[in-house]
Amino acid sequence: MDKSFTERRRRELLVAASLAVAAALVPLFVKNPNVQNIMILTLMFGALSQSWNILSGYCGQISLGHALYFGLGAYVTTLLFVKFGVLPWFGMIAGGIFCALIAMALGYPCFRLGGHYFAIATIVIAEIGLLLIQNWEWAGAALGIEMPVRGDSWLKFQFARSKLPYFYFALALACVAWFVTWWLEDSKWGYWWRAVKDNPDAAQSLGVVVFDSKMGAAAVSAFLVAVGGSFYAMYVSYIDPGSVMGFQFSLLMALPAVLGGIGTLWGPLLGAVILIPLTELTRSYIGGSGRGVDLIVYGTLIVLIALARPEGLIGLFSRKGATR
Amino acid sequence: MTAETIIQSLASGLLMGLLYGLIAVGLALIFGLMDVVNFAHGEFLMLAMYVTFFLFTFFAIDPLLSAPLAAAALFVLGAAVYLLIVRFAMRAKANVGMVQIFATFGLAIVMRGLAQLLFTADYRSVPHSWLGGKTVSVAGIFLPQPQLFGALVAIAAFGGLYFFINRTDFGRALEATREDPGAVALVGIDKNRVFALGWGIGGALVGLAGAIMATFFYIYPDVGASFALIAYVTVALGGFGSVFGAFAGGIVVGLVEATTALVLPPSLKSVGIYAVYLLVVFVRPRGLFGSM
Repeated sequence: MDKSFTERRRRELLVAASLAVAAALVPLFVKNPNVQNIMILTLMFGALSQSWNILSGYCGQISLGHALYFGLGAYVTTLLFVKFGVLPWFGMIAGGIFCALIAMALGYPCFRLGGHYFAIATIVIAEIGLLLIQNWEWAGAALGIEMPVRGDSWLKFQFARSKLPYFYFALALACVAWFVTWWLEDSKWGYWWRAVKDNPDAAQSLGVVVFDSKMGAAAVSAFLVAVGGSFYAMYVSYIDPGSVMGFQFSLLMALPAVLGGIGTLWGPLLGAVILIPLTELTRSYIGGSGRGVDLIVYGTLIVLIALARPEGLIGLFSRKGATR
Repeated sequence: MTAETIIQSLASGLLMGLLYGLIAVGLALIFGLMDVVNFAHGEFLMLAMYVTFFLFTFFAIDPLLSAPLAAAALFVLGAAVYLLIVRFAMRAKANVGMVQIFATFGLAIVMRGLAQLLFTADYRSVPHSWLGGKTVSVAGIFLPQPQLFGALVAIAAFGGLYFFINRTDFGRALEATREDPGAVALVGIDKNRVFALGWGIGGALVGLAGAIMATFFYIYPDVGASFALIAYVTVALGGFGSVFGAFAGGIVVGLVEATTALVLPPSLKSVGIYAVYLLVVFVRPRGLFGSM
């Protein structure tokens, strides 16, 4: 048992490394910028969903307000760069740490809430953040804020000529999010989180510090999502409150994990690989002419997958290989 | 700020709050019955507003008269959504909560897409209805007629619902199924029929609200989203599943919104509602009237 477990862990790492190498080679053959854009977004949402999964999947605290951390990450990086000339690399880390702290500060009162009360609190808090930034003149208010173009360099994380650097950064982000999850899965924290998710009272009585577990999950999750938000701000180089902190981002982070398999290692990436290209393609091919048809296709798919495979699409794979 | 403006806005806040209660009560009823949050509730409201709009535009039926028709249409929709989607979502063996959220959320997206496709994204309104744009003056306070009428309908609907739940056989079946869905089967109650009825009534109530909303609010495919979050907050404030709680929650939300609008710029008026929600659940984690 113990041996096969270690072996499985090693195999997962190997599979992930092979997939990462394979993904890194794809842009050498696929030069179409629209397709590259879809690949970047897929990797980014895969990473975001993987991070969301840490708090909501493993630890079982369903957050529908992670857009707050995505948006704050984007704003911290952009504002530091535009107003104070701080390089985006530092802005990214600053945004991450800022959001981890915010997540813990919010977690302090919120983690006492159960189920739907918690989920609605997360929506409401993200919504307050959105409204406040929309009314904050210094940060560009509802109009948003533009990242001035300062050349083409890794130092300033701006690339005018090619999408490749963005692609590799998004890939790295997805790898980091996956690796953090993989590593935490078998750590003290991973076991605590699953215990908290399954039965908080039993976990408490067995000596798991339930509150600290939730705080830890929230901090890691928010940090990674904020870095994703920073990346997005650099990538699109123009942000406004609705486009980085709107409710739709909270859902776009949750959906891949739910469709792929919530609380699983591979679920979020699998979900993102299916969902994001589908979203982008229906939007660009049907959305323009059909007005609303893209939403109909997308929504129908969500309903069908939710009903047909409640454990997520990852369930299709787990029969053969590593069952839990 | 004079005393008059304060009384004026509190009075309109109270009326709007009763209407919020009417929008939210269907959600509370369904949740209380079967622990399911309908994430397409806002889209139910949107559809009721369109039903009212089209009955007015094509058949010149005033929203006051078409309100029962909108309620009937939404009753059918609610029951159908239960029988075709939610019934199956509840059978899930894993992630039951998430499956319910995303099954109804997917439905919401489909409904929004259908509205865009069939009705276009244009903003519609019901001009020159019997109530629209008119006010009543009571002791120097001006009350808009649509909201005043909506508040009366809300009070009547709550009264009717109270009677229905406590005094009729169907109501008793509803209450029994809610307490123990397994046991009611033994006395010959079909659980699915009761749940479908609950969804139907929940739909009909938001249908009534939609018909009234249509007389003073723009109608467009995304209109439900603006009210859905307020409805969730209303229901949670009252304590999930408590029908009386939704009524009280609506009044609190309406008054808080009106008060916030007095002190903060209009674009921030929802902040007050959200802040009050957080304050309440931080002190009472199960809402104002939820069982502790």
